[in-house]
Amino acid sequence: MNTTAYQRMTRDQMAARVARDIPEGAYVNLGIGLPTLVANHLPADREIIIHSENGVLGAGPAPEKHLIDPDLMNAGKQPITLLAGGSFFHHADSFAMMRGGHLDYCVLGAFQVAVNGDLANWHTGGPDAIPAVGGAMDLAIGAKSVFVMMEHLTREGESKIVKACTYPLTGMGCVNRIYTDLAVIDVTAEGLAVVDCVPGLSLEELVRLTGVPLRAMLETRD
Amino acid sequence: MIDKIVPSAAEAVADIRDGATVMIGGFGTAGMPNALIDALIAQGARDLVVVNNNAGNGDTGLAALLKEKRVRKILCSFPRQVDSQHFDALYRAGEIELELVPQGNLAERIRAAGAGIGGFFTPTGYGTQLAEGKETRVIDGRHYVLEYPIHADFALIRADRGDRWGNLTYRKTARNFGPIMAMAARCAIAEVREVVELGALDPEAVVTPGIFVKRVVPVGSA
Repeated sequence: MNTTAYQRMTRDQMAARVARDIPEGAYVNLGIGLPTLVANHLPADREIIIHSENGVLGAGPAPEKHLIDPDLMNAGKQPITLLAGGSFFHHADSFAMMRGGHLDYCVLGAFQVAVNGDLANWHTGGPDAIPAVGGAMDLAIGAKSVFVMMEHLTREGESKIVKACTYPLTGMGCVNRIYTDLAVIDVTAEGLAVVDCVPGLSLEELVRLTGVPLRAMLETRD
Repeated sequence: MIDKIVPSAAEAVADIRDGATVMIGGFGTAGMPNALIDALIAQGARDLVVVNNNAGNGDTGLAALLKEKRVRKILCSFPRQVDSQHFDALYRAGEIELELVPQGNLAERIRAAGAGIGGFFTPTGYGTQLAEGKETRVIDGRHYVLEYPIHADFALIRADRGDRWGNLTYRKTARNFGPIMAMAARCAIAEVREVVELGALDPEAVVTPGIFVKRVVPVGSA
């Protein structure tokens, strides 16, 4: 029986919460997995351009099965469509868009985020794990704003927001905002600040679950 | 008369020697030059050093080359995937060397080789395992890692249309690494869906100018 007074957000609710913060005109890269869901929740009245690092701007939704084109896929190797105004380019240009600071937002999954904004999302470091990094390190240091989207707690109930990452780092001090199934938290020079959290969850309880200092964001955000 | 058209993939790859460094285009299966890879497998060269974003998908293309144990070392960003079983088996058996490179560094190192750059400082990977032991520098207050170009003896790429001067166009996200690998290799070999008459390609739409390409092989649709 659930004895808590609050409910965790579903994956779609998390995606909708992230989508709310992506403004008109933004160039956005959505990482593989949970972040991909954000595309389904982008407000229809905003023009938002999705970048995929394999070389496309203006990626559109998945096509119907009979329209799948093996030459048109996203970085997750899933079939996509191209919106009017979309474009193709080679890999060096694609990563120049990130590293060169042209991309407004990226949304990444994570194993851990540290209070100083360090991100770990590419490798568990396990002895049998085959490491694979892809574009994670480029996105982490390249986008103007780096959003992380992840469950607040591991299956074992440990906080994924940590004092210092124990998994190998993807980037140092690169995360701007964390979206979890419990809260939205900004990484600031003064530490972590809670922007909002699910109804019924007190700051005290959130701090207890998270195990690192959190303060309430005082100023109202636009 | 300049004529870079080679009628068969077998002729095009005939001079790839044991121990050669071979860049192979493609992101997943999009842009994978399957005809050239099949010809390389049949040709028998071994101890190859391969550069590709991935380490083979499924059983065809690069995966087939790995399965035949022709590859001594692979440079890539994302080897581990649901369908990378041939690489996984070799890696776990210690039968292949892996140099894991963040995807944007991989692209830029390839581009740098083609552009005659001796090395470059990139923010990607700074402070992570993948930059351990590498020279770093602070430029305008930001941390960078020194990365070196990746040169190759051969590049095997897939393009859409080509002419006898070696000019190439690509199709959608199958472009990915093709243009930069063509620049970085001493001998770039492009398999194309279609060879067209000189002048038939709109000069404004040529993506890889023929100066970067040595051989063009018509192979039809993938």
